[in-house]
Amino acid sequence: MDFSLSPRTAEFRTEVMAFLDSHLTDEIIDTMHRTGTFNDKPFNAALADAGLLAGAVPGYGDRDPIELYVLFNELEKAGAPYDGLAVSMLAAGVINAVGTDFLREQVLERLLTGRFNCCLGYSEPDHGSDVAAITTRAVRDGDEWVINGQKMWTTMAHEADWVILLTRTEPDVPKHKGLTMFLVPMDTPGIEVQPVPTMASERTNATFYDEVRIGDEWRLGDVNGGWSVMGVALAFERGVMGGTNPAVPLLRHVRGWAADAPSPDGGRMIDDPLLRERIARTAIANQVSQLLTLRAAWIAATGGLPGLEGSMAKLYATDRYQQAVGWFQQMAGADGLLGFGTDGAAADGWIDYDARHSPVTSIYGGTTEINRNNVAERHLGLPRTR
Amino acid sequence: MDLALTADQETLRGVFADFFASEAGPDRARAAEPSGVDGPAWERLLETGAPGMGLPESLGGGGASLADLAVVAEELGATIAPLPLIEHAVSARLLASIGACPDPVVGGTEIATLALHPAQDGTSRLVPAGAVARHVVALDGDRLVLASGDAPGTALGNHGCLPLAHRPLDGAAVLLEGPEAHAAHARALDEWRTLTATALVGIARTALDLGVGYAKERQQFGQPIGAFQAVQHLLADLPGLVDGARLLAAKAAWAGSTDPSGADGIVDLDDNDITDFATLAGMSLVVAGEAAATATDRSLHVHGGYGFAEEYDIQLFYRRARAWSLVLDDPARECRRIADLLLGAA
Ligand SMILES: Cc1cc2nc3c(=O)[nH]c(=O)nc-3n(C[C@H](O)[C@H](O)[C@H](O)COP(=O)(O)OP(=O)(O)OC[C@H]3O[C@@H](n4cnc5c(N)ncnc54)[C@H](O)[C@@H]3O)c2cc1C
Repeated sequence: MDFSLSPRTAEFRTEVMAFLDSHLTDEIIDTMHRTGTFNDKPFNAALADAGLLAGAVPGYGDRDPIELYVLFNELEKAGAPYDGLAVSMLAAGVINAVGTDFLREQVLERLLTGRFNCCLGYSEPDHGSDVAAITTRAVRDGDEWVINGQKMWTTMAHEADWVILLTRTEPDVPKHKGLTMFLVPMDTPGIEVQPVPTMASERTNATFYDEVRIGDEWRLGDVNGGWSVMGVALAFERGVMGGTNPAVPLLRHVRGWAADAPSPDGGRMIDDPLLRERIARTAIANQVSQLLTLRAAWIAATGGLPGLEGSMAKLYATDRYQQAVGWFQQMAGADGLLGFGTDGAAADGWIDYDARHSPVTSIYGGTTEINRNNVAERHLGLPRTR
Repeated sequence: MDLALTADQETLRGVFADFFASEAGPDRARAAEPSGVDGPAWERLLETGAPGMGLPESLGGGGASLADLAVVAEELGATIAPLPLIEHAVSARLLASIGACPDPVVGGTEIATLALHPAQDGTSRLVPAGAVARHVVALDGDRLVLASGDAPGTALGNHGCLPLAHRPLDGAAVLLEGPEAHAAHARALDEWRTLTATALVGIARTALDLGVGYAKERQQFGQPIGAFQAVQHLLADLPGLVDGARLLAAKAAWAGSTDPSGADGIVDLDDNDITDFATLAGMSLVVAGEAAATATDRSLHVHGGYGFAEEYDIQLFYRRARAWSLVLDDPARECRRIADLLLGAA
């Protein structure tokens, strides 16, 4: 085994880090937390102009998935806005895998400029984990499709140029067999976006589709083949594209706080034995989370589809992140309750932020229970329960 | 970046998986209790060259790296082989590094071991493999010493049926003094941590297999218990934990193989970039100890009452999962030591 990055990947990482040094300003980070929009178009465009985005599309060109992992891992560690970018690049990867020339030209090429965004419309108000049961209808009308329904949690819909929309095209067959995926331009008449605020900074949306008409050229994959397109998207999403190292910035913020914060027992917090133990435990978990993610990327780089390995990385990383947040929130005491911009806030408000953000990490992108079901059935070979 | 074993390591793994399948396993571990050593199996192990595998070829050893030894250690752990191979390998490597490895230690006809804790009043306490080793390498104050003499042959009765013994250091030869003595012992201890971590990954792996196998077989309420989601979810957290522990131990072994001096590794907490061998070795033992404890705990629970019965194998793994790591120290104290490496001393 060799745990060092190849010279080419190491060089890529250096370029990404240099880019972040010069482009990721405090203002960008402040804006993202003030608006709840974890997407910064000028920042994305600058990444593309620096030539760093072409490697961010899974399976595209000659770039190695390890580079994809490196890019999102560095963005995540730096606390940069990357949620919107990750979804756009995921969409680009899906289009690259199953899209027509039309979609590649119209969407993929534009996404690569960093000036356009795509969002994901899978979940509905009544169908989340059981996403194959969604009811948003697409009905064929000549060369067109007419779409009616509602989606929930369509994050970044208010920024997006397209939505990857999972629809039901065949109601009378088993639920997985009657789904079709579309790429719908967000400026199509009949689409409405309503904000859904959350308990953390991040904003998401409900989206409504009323007699939305699009041509068949916007179909992504086969008619009634939507479930297999979902499979491609999920394999890209889990693990490799950020989301498994959130405790790295947390630990950096905690360490910075503890270096100065006085301990109630005298001395500084950084010398508190229990805090030191917990910093070490979190640092260890960060290494393991990184390695599990890297393994998923390495499997992809060597020609595999790392779906289950991504589930394992997500299960481990989110559990440890939430545990760490709980520890540090308690140890910061009352100062840890103070938020961004408040005088005296522990870690400038980051502890409060992570404590509000962390619950969602075991919910979105497939809940902990759904990931455990996958590992139990498909990795351990235990009987199906549903 | 390459997370696969080399072709040679795959071969090595196959050879030792076969060896331990016939010369170790739950029945042999049970038969070797309470002494914790299977003498005839050690004799057979000599024929494979394993005891000297990690020593330089110039001494008659196999020239294997720490990463190669780790491949063998996982198979040893997976079969809870009652063989003091890890202690022997790391103490022999230390002795060889200072030109003091006796020939019978290279061949393995005389067993060597490492005292994990500094001696107290001239005695090394709770030395792993101390019940059977002729040679004990120990830190006594600022001196690294080698105590050679007849092994006591009997072990202190203990949770994991390890061949533990207290070993007096009377008449021991001084090998090194001062900072060099501490550095040599620390290096050997980090190799012990790395290989023990890998062996614990082996324990965790087999414990998971036992739990999954039982969950598929055992019927209650007219169905296999593995069809109950509560049972599935106890087990579903484990593959990530076990694989993560394996990857971290492998990274430590890689760092220890590429950087035998132990110097020049990166320790960047803020960037989650760590390639320093000592730091990774410490971390890997904490993670693997936890993986083995959790995997054996959950697997035992899935066995119901039978898990508690002596007759079932899981209890053998459960006890060793704890003993193999706690013989060094409380993981919380290990974490505070790691914090010193990450943050500087308090
Ligand atoms: C901030 C945020 C952003 C999001 N962004 C997007 C997005 O951009 N696009 C998108 O399509 N979706 C998005 N989602 C939706 C997300 O994927 C869903 O919330 C998630 O899949 C869970 O669905 P649900 O919320 O309907 O919960 P439910 O499915 O109703 O689950 C409720 C609880 O029941 C458990 N449960 C459900 N089924 C099972 C089972 N079979 N076994 C055991 N337990 C079970 C779940 O684990 C959970 O704990 C987002 C969600 C949030 C909160």
